[in-house]
Amino acid sequence: MSHAATTPERYGLLAEFDSPQTLLDAAHAVQRAGYTKTDAFSPMPIHGLAEALGFEEHLIPKIVLGAGILGLIAGYGLEYWTQVIAFPENIGGRPYHAWVAFIPPAYETTILFAALSCFFSLILLCGLPKPYHPVFNHPRFSTASADKFFLVIEATDPKFSMDATKTFLDGLGAKETVAVDE
Amino acid sequence: MSGYLDDATLQTRPIAVITRMNTRAITLGALGAAITAWGFFIERDTFFQSYLIGYMYWMYITLGALGLLMVQHLSGGAWGIVSRRVFEAAVRTLPVMAVLFLPIAFNLTHLYVWARPEALTDAAIQTKAAYLNPGFFYARAIGYFAIWMGLGFTLSGWGAKQDAAAPVIPGPEDRKFRMVSGPGLVLFMITITFMSVDWMMSLDPHWTSTIFGVLFVGGAGLSALAFTIVVLSSLADTAPMDGLMTRDRFHDLGKLMYAFVLLWAYFSVSQLIIVWSGNLPEEIPFYLRRFSGPWGWVSVAVLIGHFVVPFAFLLSSTIKRNRKLAARVALFILAMRAVEIAWMIAPAVRHGEHSGPNLYDFAAVLGVGLVWLPVFFRNLSGRAVVPVHDPYLKEALANDGH
Repeated sequence: MSHAATTPERYGLLAEFDSPQTLLDAAHAVQRAGYTKTDAFSPMPIHGLAEALGFEEHLIPKIVLGAGILGLIAGYGLEYWTQVIAFPENIGGRPYHAWVAFIPPAYETTILFAALSCFFSLILLCGLPKPYHPVFNHPRFSTASADKFFLVIEATDPKFSMDATKTFLDGLGAKETVAVDE
Repeated sequence: MSGYLDDATLQTRPIAVITRMNTRAITLGALGAAITAWGFFIERDTFFQSYLIGYMYWMYITLGALGLLMVQHLSGGAWGIVSRRVFEAAVRTLPVMAVLFLPIAFNLTHLYVWARPEALTDAAIQTKAAYLNPGFFYARAIGYFAIWMGLGFTLSGWGAKQDAAAPVIPGPEDRKFRMVSGPGLVLFMITITFMSVDWMMSLDPHWTSTIFGVLFVGGAGLSALAFTIVVLSSLADTAPMDGLMTRDRFHDLGKLMYAFVLLWAYFSVSQLIIVWSGNLPEEIPFYLRRFSGPWGWVSVAVLIGHFVVPFAFLLSSTIKRNRKLAARVALFILAMRAVEIAWMIAPAVRHGEHSGPNLYDFAAVLGVGLVWLPVFFRNLSGRAVVPVHDPYLKEALANDGH
């Protein structure tokens, strides 16, 4: 193999915890210690974990609001165009621009656009689909989908140091701390 | 985190803050009562129309509080624990509301067409006479108050008893609270549907809407939650609420208020769409009267002020979590509730030249508040402002990230 000689880059340290509470406490401690390039993995949502890691997401609400407004305009516009401009039809003597009857479909397109944009922007901003991730190199990482909790500090973090960070993570009650490569 | 959960702090009564709110309420209320009293001598019919608006305004809050009190006993949750004493204090104004109903009961002919002699010659009203007659109207009103007070004082009384005992999990009263609240909510929905038909819909006995009862419930929940947010926001500076009314709690209540804004809008628009689509001569006068003439601009104001503005502001979690901003939105909603209730009631009974909205309508809201609010504040200061020995108090409030 011609490229066998290249050594893989270090991705970071992966600490394994037994309970959601120890992971949450560790996340708070990691943020207090000044680490910024961190991530956590858990089988279920943990209330407050995102905040503990200093994770902030302001983009999705804006996307959803924009898509909702777009859906409202698109839905109402479609109704107006079909009923008033393209195919005006006298239905029971109602005015062509029957705004009362236009409300339900316009409302539905608002919800539809907002919900779909929320779903897809979340998936895409999470970086999914992602067939490969360095944490998969951890031999026991699949337990993060069952009953174990993981915390990562990436090697690119300015405060990262192989030995000191490992000692630090071990001191937080980690069952095991493993270095993983890219 | 545990400092504010000790018993002595929880038992603290923020009397000074409540007294300050009460003084403000009395000042505003006296002004309203003076104008309303003036109306009594100048225009007798307008006075009773306005009085009904003012009376229903506070009835919406009282009944909304009764419904939410039962809901939170069934659902649990921190939002219910911090709001419970406000709901209970509002529910215990019911005897006063029963007394305030007497001016309406003794002056039916000023308000209700079906109670006047000319109803005898109206064939449409005559077909409903078996239901719409003063005797049966009084009997039903007595029944409503008996049921509401029975539910409200039972739950509120057990709440007081719970304070006196030590908290144990599972609470010995848990089951009792739920056994009353579950069937109580069913009774609540039925009585409110009939009450809204009797007191409000029958103002125009030719018009009917089957969604009217739940529309009332949506408005009542909104009134009660907005009122609760304003009260809790004022209490949040002093013990014990300074430790309990965190941003998360205001977020919870704000979200619930937001849901009620949407619920009210949903019911209102449903009624409009059905009436508009049916286009039946006996149904459309409701909107013809409100969409043209002096009530036309009020309809626009209700659409914008009662739905668009609260909807836009409450979208933001920053506003829901900030108690000062949340209280401002809630106060705005409370003001718009008065407009919406006047919009519901007045066009049905006010005809002729001066059929539009009237200064007395809003003065009467303040005027009835002069009676209701002091009773509410006395009820609120009569007990600890949180259910101190609710067995789930600590559990519900401990896991708070802020």
